[in-house]
Amino acid sequence: MAERMDHEMPIMPVAASGGHAVAAVVHAPVIAAMTAAAVLGAGAAAASAVAGTANAVAAVAERASVPAAARATAPASNIASVQRPSGAHPVLEVRDLKKHFPVKKGLLRKTVGQVYAVDGVSFTIGKGETLGLVGESGCGKTTVGRTLLRLTEPSGGQILLGGTDVTKLSKAEMRPYRREMQIIFQDPFSSLDPRMSAGTIVGEPLMVHGVGNADERRARVAELFGRVGLRPGQMDNFPHQFSGGQRQRLGIARALALNPKLIIGDEPVSALDVSIQAQVINILMDLQKELGLSYLFISHNLAVVEHISHRIAVMYLGRIVEYADKKTLFTAPKHPYTEALLSAVPVPDPAIKRSKVVLQGDVPSPVNPPSGCHFHTRCPIAEARCKIEAPKLVEKAPGQFAACHLR
Amino acid sequence: MQENMNTSKQVRTDAAGTAAASGTILEVEGLQTYFFTRQGLVKAVDRVSFTLNKSETLAIVGESGCGKSITALSLLRLIPDPPGRIVGGSIKLLGVDLIGLSEDQMRKVRGNDISMIFQEPMTSLNPVMTIGNQIAEVLLLHQGMTKAQAHAKAVDMLRLVKIPEPEQRVKEYPHQLSGGMRQRAMIAIALACNPKVLIADEPTTALDVTIQAQILELIVELQQRLGTAVILITHDLGVVAETAQRVIVMYAGRKVEEASVGDLFAKPLHPYTRGLMNSIPRLDLIRGAETANTRLQEIPGIVPALTALPKGCVFAPRCPLAEDRCRAEYPDYKQDAPGHWVACWRSDVVAGGTSG
Repeated sequence: MAERMDHEMPIMPVAASGGHAVAAVVHAPVIAAMTAAAVLGAGAAAASAVAGTANAVAAVAERASVPAAARATAPASNIASVQRPSGAHPVLEVRDLKKHFPVKKGLLRKTVGQVYAVDGVSFTIGKGETLGLVGESGCGKTTVGRTLLRLTEPSGGQILLGGTDVTKLSKAEMRPYRREMQIIFQDPFSSLDPRMSAGTIVGEPLMVHGVGNADERRARVAELFGRVGLRPGQMDNFPHQFSGGQRQRLGIARALALNPKLIIGDEPVSALDVSIQAQVINILMDLQKELGLSYLFISHNLAVVEHISHRIAVMYLGRIVEYADKKTLFTAPKHPYTEALLSAVPVPDPAIKRSKVVLQGDVPSPVNPPSGCHFHTRCPIAEARCKIEAPKLVEKAPGQFAACHLR
Repeated sequence: MQENMNTSKQVRTDAAGTAAASGTILEVEGLQTYFFTRQGLVKAVDRVSFTLNKSETLAIVGESGCGKSITALSLLRLIPDPPGRIVGGSIKLLGVDLIGLSEDQMRKVRGNDISMIFQEPMTSLNPVMTIGNQIAEVLLLHQGMTKAQAHAKAVDMLRLVKIPEPEQRVKEYPHQLSGGMRQRAMIAIALACNPKVLIADEPTTALDVTIQAQILELIVELQQRLGTAVILITHDLGVVAETAQRVIVMYAGRKVEEASVGDLFAKPLHPYTRGLMNSIPRLDLIRGAETANTRLQEIPGIVPALTALPKGCVFAPRCPLAEDRCRAEYPDYKQDAPGHWVACWRSDVVAGGTSG
């Protein structure tokens, strides 16, 4: 345990084990892969309890180059505390991801500073797992999502997709990997081309990646429509003929088209009314069960994140400040920011009376973040040390990582 | 004195004893706001009645398009005409019916007796006027202050809403303030004339959760200090549970249920209210449950278009309990318990079922 506490990148160890079996499936033709993935998902779920433990122990030992026997007992407690529904294959591993945007000024557009939008973020997502990424606006959570897809190029770090670092790949080399990661956007109104029919929108990824012929693609699109609860008869309608909830279903169908392993949802239900929100959340969770999908679920809504995630990472000004399984994070948060965030969420139950920690002030600008611990300016327990030294994300309790000097 | 209005006749009740002592400020009865559009008649607000008491927070809850914002705009008579018009009902502020007032008289009410804050503080503040001038504008108009007095009061107001360095901030423009600060400035403008009623239309929806907590805390604190009655329009049942005393649930332009916050959450009587409560993730882990992740219950279908409302109860097409009578006839409001009103034929079945 001690060795890992000092490890530069505190990655949940359990998630790290051979994901190559899954990768092989996904490179197979898409239509066939759909069913295969579903079968694999079920199989992995059944086997996880036993195999997961063994794999995880081996993987941790391998990375830390410590004999497996020496630490054979340690990670067991982690596995118990981390909810992991279906197996221990790392679909995605992110190591020390950085994205800095230059701040340019003046006639010559001289770079005068950097916005540290994402500043050394590490996490893993296992197969069939949902990692919730929460934080306030401007904390960098959307940038993490975009950088993973290389919609913006990372400034540093590694993005391992099924074991392959995709940050170094050329555009052409990147292509097959793009199939494995898809994104659902927040706004179902602006993320669908108003002049394309719903069927064309959902089928476009298939066309771009040259999957099947026209008839096969149409059949696949019809299948996808059914999967997200739309009638295939609606394929020739245009986006404006759909309601907000239905449009978000189109977005989900499009993301599913290439049979990805990982779907990044960037606030996918935030623009929807509550009753519609429930429909979309249920679809996402059903699809995860059926297809063994992994999600990176980016949201500011803690109630939704609590509902959908298995593990949760809390971001503040470009850094992860706490990272734990859902139950631990919600019942025994370590970082004062997590505490404040949880206490600020209004709970829809008037019978519950909680004492509130209301944070003073706003989130500081990421252009000129506070020294030391970014949170010290708003932290109720900050000490002199917090202003100088940035705390590392270390394991405070089994499976619970937090970046705080004092907790 | 608390009065609850039936659609046709007034029904005096002994409801909500606590409110009785503080007195009614606003009485809305049978409010009907219709829009006459090319697509047809839109009954955006249809026979909505409620009362508002001194120092109380009344929440209006519903999904988009249910008429909650139009209800608020109707109270200020800010409905664009054409296409919209208040076609029926009364809005009595301390006994004076606002619907009968001339536009000049109404202008004296807005911002002075009833003021409003909006969801998006950036679009509701004037970008080319300093914050100080925007606060002073209300004071010059309504209170007949001199410029110097108004300016001094503007600084006081910013201090009241806890904006740091108010002497500096008063000279700044909206774009120089953060989202939370802008909403504080909006509140300062709204409260400058010490209105009797503050309408807050989704005041925290655009804000981050830690800032939301700050703003809600501020609204509650100022309300207690100044005795303002607040109408809080929101779709967030969490905000309702933590901020309001009474709630109105609206659906497709109608009030479907009215109750105290405790009663509504403990015993929702309308299937729509119950559906709403079961469709949101309720933070089970914070509430002390062992596990979360029970499946959310969906309300099937979507809110009907207001131009093509179904006959009978507007919720019937989505209601799991609907029977023939529901599809034929709109139910009357009935009082189930003191202060707990519902418009549903089958509320006894709803009450008997599990309410999540």
